[in-house]
Amino acid sequence: MNAKIDIRRFPGFSFATYLCLFLLYTPLIIVMIYSFNDSKSIMLWGGFSFRWYEDVFWGLEAPKFKQAAINSLSIAIGAAVTATTIALSAAVAMLRAGHFRGKGASLGLISLPLMVPEIVTAVATLIFFSAIGFASGHATILVAHIVFCIPFAYLPIAARMQGIEASYEQAAQDLYATRFETFRLVLLPLVLPGVISGFLLAFIISLDDFIITNFVKGAGIETLPTAIFGSVKQGIKPNIMAISTLMLLVSVVIVTLSYFANRSGQGKK
Amino acid sequence: MSLHETNKIAIDVDNVTKRYAEVTALKNVSLSIHDNEFFTLLGPSGCGKTTLLRTIAGFEGISEGDIRLFGDSIIDLPPNKRPVNTVFQQYALFPHMSVMENVAFGLRRQKVVDSEVRKRTGEVLELVQLSGFADRLPSQLSGGQQQRVALARALAPRPKVLLLDEPLSALDLKLRQDVRVELQQIQANTGITFVFVTHDQEEALTMSNRIAVMSAGIVQQVGTSRDIYESPENKFVADFIGDTNLIDVEIVETDGRQATCLLLGNVQLICNNAKGATKGRASLSVRPERLSLGDASNSSLSGTVSRLTYLGTDIHVAVNLEDGEVIDVRVQNSEDARIPDTGDIVGLNLELDAARVLMN
Ligand SMILES: Nc1ncnc2c1ncn2[C@@H]1O[C@H](COP(=O)(O)OP(=O)(O)O)[C@@H](O)[C@H]1O
Ligand SMILES: [Mg+2]
Repeated sequence: MNAKIDIRRFPGFSFATYLCLFLLYTPLIIVMIYSFNDSKSIMLWGGFSFRWYEDVFWGLEAPKFKQAAINSLSIAIGAAVTATTIALSAAVAMLRAGHFRGKGASLGLISLPLMVPEIVTAVATLIFFSAIGFASGHATILVAHIVFCIPFAYLPIAARMQGIEASYEQAAQDLYATRFETFRLVLLPLVLPGVISGFLLAFIISLDDFIITNFVKGAGIETLPTAIFGSVKQGIKPNIMAISTLMLLVSVVIVTLSYFANRSGQGKK
Repeated sequence: MSLHETNKIAIDVDNVTKRYAEVTALKNVSLSIHDNEFFTLLGPSGCGKTTLLRTIAGFEGISEGDIRLFGDSIIDLPPNKRPVNTVFQQYALFPHMSVMENVAFGLRRQKVVDSEVRKRTGEVLELVQLSGFADRLPSQLSGGQQQRVALARALAPRPKVLLLDEPLSALDLKLRQDVRVELQQIQANTGITFVFVTHDQEEALTMSNRIAVMSAGIVQQVGTSRDIYESPENKFVADFIGDTNLIDVEIVETDGRQATCLLLGNVQLICNNAKGATKGRASLSVRPERLSLGDASNSSLSGTVSRLTYLGTDIHVAVNLEDGEVIDVRVQNSEDARIPDTGDIVGLNLELDAARVLMN
């Protein structure tokens, strides 16, 4: 025990830590602070106000952002629901259906998209859609999002399911439950925290995706990230900081929910 | 015992072999378990007890043989179609359901009407003395209470056979002894056939109508507690159940029931329990409590006391024979007991009726 070296004694340890924290969070904090700036400048402080938030909701660009937000939310919900359903089925097949041919390969295929560079996926998806003549728009974004959300939904579900001993399901079958009843009454409730966590993760990944969306969306439809990017190209205005702060808030809330969903039910076993 | 009057067979395990990739867990196992019987599978860890139970429940298929429940083969039925219920070793109570919901689970799957479910759940909870705990979650119960819920859950659908896989092993000693008595009473009152798995011989001897002693996937002997303790059929059973002395002997004459044995090359004994004996080398099994100490001059067999172990109610005396074999003798601790000292030369008297010849 005493032989353990205290990492805090390493020369430069605290300096490196503070530097990392500084680089990570200072830009976010500056954006959050300046979203409440009363001046038109993004550099000079002109007093506290909500004017840029008002601008987001009622200003000149409000209709554009409102439509983009609706698109983003509907796509995120659709993609998360579908991806979570597929991921849950995949987890049951991988972890509960015994051995089948190509099981190892399937596991690799499910998690591979996490490692493929996103720009490659984006280009490939675009080429694929145009090759099959799938017209760009809401549907192409949705399909693309479903696909890349599956591994994010799969990981927490599989992690949870792995921790559930087979004896619960055997007990259910022993007590005359059919396979479907065993799933619905025993496995699903026990794995539910993982499902919720997977859903929220997929939702947030879809909500803030930019690269793939930008490639497959085509003209005439924007999600929040692409709308923000479009707006920034004409110069950074403080209303972008207000939108960014709002999106940050949504992300933090959802990640927190996901964390608690994952923790719930872990105490009782 | 009354159960032997009804000789109906509840479970017929017929020449069952179960092979896994690396091991053969069951080798040509045949057993007939009577209706209304408390039947125990006893054997050391890894001998295949759980595997046998799981093949009866339907969680494992079998490689060869047949299993019949009241005459009908069940090997092609999935677990949810077999009218047997299991008490799992770690209980496997559904953690997200209350005690009441756990116990009602089997009845609801059988589509029993609501009022009947409530009535029978109440009855079973009363049977296991948990009436006041219906709304608790399993995590809010002690180990002993969880064990009772597992029992109640498996009893509620009134299975024809109840399978119990070491249900007491997670309990502490005091509780285990109380629950033994309760389990026996519940078996007697419900009339359900119990197949009980344990590696604890005391548990098996005190609770069972009959016991199957297993080792390495083979059934070594089936019989009542008394049968297997007093008339072990082979060295494994004699050694595994209780303590025994296995003395090397040579059989010089036998008619297959009685045998004349030669110890240490010069001491001759006539043993009446020598079923299946043949001429040649064998072992003589004698329980330590069936030996007594006497004067060396009065007895044909003698040795030197090498160790004394004081245990209160009795004293264990280790006696070394002249060829180095160590014989354990148990002397009751009473007023007139003669307790030797280490180094004393003592005579050994053995009750010949209690000794058994076992072939190697
Ligand atoms: N699913 C399995 N796969 C491979 N071997 C197994 C499996 N289950 C049990 N075994 C083996 O079968 C033998 C008997 O095991 P088990 O029935 O659990 O013994 P017991 O309950 O008597 O302790 C052991 O050698 C064990 O390793
Ligand atoms: Mg076992």
